[in-house]
Amino acid sequence: MTELNMLEAINECLHAEMARDDRVVVLGEDVARTGGVFRATDGLFEKFGENRIFDMPLAEGAIAGASVGLAIAGLVPVAEMQFLGFAYQAMHQIAGQVARLRYRTQSRFDPAITIRAPFGGGVRTPELHSDSLEGQLANVAGLKIVVPATAADAKGLLASSIRDPDPVVFLEPLRGYRGIRGEVPDGEHLVPLGSARTARPGTDAVVIAWSHQVELACRASDRLSEEGLSIRVLDLRSLVPLDLAAIAEAVDSCGRVVVTEESPQTGGFGGEVVATVVEESFWSLEAPVVRVSGFDVPYPVGMVEDSYVPDEDRIAAAVRRVLEVA
Amino acid sequence: MTRPSDEQRRQMLVDMVSARTQSRRMWNLQRQGQIGTMAPIDGHEAAIVGAVHTLDPSCDWVLPQYREPVALYRYGPEILEHVMLYNIGHPSGGHIPAPIRVLPHQISLATQIPHAVGLAWGLTLQDDPGVVLVFFGDGSSSEGDFYEAGNLAGVLGAPVIFLCVNNQWAISTPTHLQTAAESFAAKAAAFGFPGVQVDGNDVDAVFDAVHTARERALAGQGPTLIEATVYRLGPHTTADDPTRYVPVEDLEAARQRDPIARLRAELEASGLWDDAVHADVEAAAIADIDAAFEKAKSTPLEPDAMLDHCYSQDTQRLARQRAGMLSGLEDQDAGGRIS
Repeated sequence: MTELNMLEAINECLHAEMARDDRVVVLGEDVARTGGVFRATDGLFEKFGENRIFDMPLAEGAIAGASVGLAIAGLVPVAEMQFLGFAYQAMHQIAGQVARLRYRTQSRFDPAITIRAPFGGGVRTPELHSDSLEGQLANVAGLKIVVPATAADAKGLLASSIRDPDPVVFLEPLRGYRGIRGEVPDGEHLVPLGSARTARPGTDAVVIAWSHQVELACRASDRLSEEGLSIRVLDLRSLVPLDLAAIAEAVDSCGRVVVTEESPQTGGFGGEVVATVVEESFWSLEAPVVRVSGFDVPYPVGMVEDSYVPDEDRIAAAVRRVLEVA
Repeated sequence: MTRPSDEQRRQMLVDMVSARTQSRRMWNLQRQGQIGTMAPIDGHEAAIVGAVHTLDPSCDWVLPQYREPVALYRYGPEILEHVMLYNIGHPSGGHIPAPIRVLPHQISLATQIPHAVGLAWGLTLQDDPGVVLVFFGDGSSSEGDFYEAGNLAGVLGAPVIFLCVNNQWAISTPTHLQTAAESFAAKAAAFGFPGVQVDGNDVDAVFDAVHTARERALAGQGPTLIEATVYRLGPHTTADDPTRYVPVEDLEAARQRDPIARLRAELEASGLWDDAVHADVEAAAIADIDAAFEKAKSTPLEPDAMLDHCYSQDTQRLARQRAGMLSGLEDQDAGGRIS
């Protein structure tokens, strides 16, 4: 075990996967010579050279589109969108082409493409850097959506994503890059896609979260534990595939549910989670489910973003609301 | 100038006549309600066949848009079979089997161009000697993907040939409403590689231009943009009525430049073609497409086939939906604990 932050864990994973499989190639804006604007790809260019990692022209659509061609050629592209909000300029390739390459060719080709992107708020970025598009992407059949919340999972889930024969959108929380640290297993570490994780045990209520919201939910749980409340936190780890059994087990055990996410509420993936809770565990519910989310506006500017992104106060307040129902 | 041999020219005419004959057969099948929307090939034959005949199918890839597949005989009879599967709406239509280096045709225009660049780049990275020929039209050249892919190809020096088949019309939109550039080939200047215009009704000119582009690509000299100028002699698709917008006199003038009539006259003058040969080629083409159509119709289709090949393995959700579908439940998500 070594203590790493999420960036270091991601970087370690990329080094290991490129060393393990020489079909793995990395492409994106500023990924090679400067090692990525956050240094996630630091050292790869020096170690693996110009035939394995590429500084791409500034065109997200071409990054995603070229990845399709590289996959058809038999390579395993790991593409970076510098910020997830910029993926709007690649959405026609990600949703229209990457996601359906397997389907439209009936598995002649393995679209073993991983698209990494930082996302989420809290670091005072300019416009379109912090948008949470995971709900939009989860509505695209053919994609897998992976959302790690810890440094160890960042390593283990990224390795699984790169090795997965299906296309994966791998979302990295901006605030977690350096803000989340933890013990990371040395050497090979694989976390299977579709396996949720109990981040905090508990029996009075469960907060279902992913990515950086897991950290905030855990803080809320810790605070509420001082009041004698036992609040479970379920970290989904991946939205597609979704761990239905883990959701059912958590709801059956706790009976009261809060779902928290950073995106706007309408159409967000939180609604999908609530629907799953109702389908899987309606008869275990002891109170209506409460959603915590961003608001139904575009991701706002810096002075007000702390009020937009759900924090531990809002999560704790939501938990209290579900506990108030007799 | 690299001229095709007499035998190559004869074979190209066989392919051109076959393509038009089969395209017209498909038109009739569509009108009979037996297949879906199709795009007639009339007028595009020399641009497609002349280009493909420069390629080595064992190593070179073809990325069609949507009008080309019926003219890709050089890549084997499986292509026509998959055209028919696609047109009857069978999911296997898009699975052109390995090792055939042809992708299924593309409906979302220009998205295939960055795929071509990525594929050509991937070939280079793996020391695979092939080149990639990507087809698109005058309309597609207005898409962002064209510019992004052209730019990337120039930067990479990728072994890719951009073949813009300019048939003067993007459905009803004429080229002067598509671009203010003096030509589509001129757009290559922004990418840093050559752009050339050829008469797309002259199969020899197309052959020469694509051959030259392929030699450049194989020599590591990078991409070429070729604009093959033709005229769309038929409707855009079976769903189009060009009498609403195509000037009659323009169409009539274009018919005088028909690429098949032109090559046929030349080969007849050389004693390489005659009416009897022509009739035999048409008859064989009809027999082939009818056989492909019958084979397509008899291709098995499992009731849950539409759920296959979305993921390498069904997600739990999808597995439940499949189970619900197969059990005949109208509630296809029967896995939830409703009771």
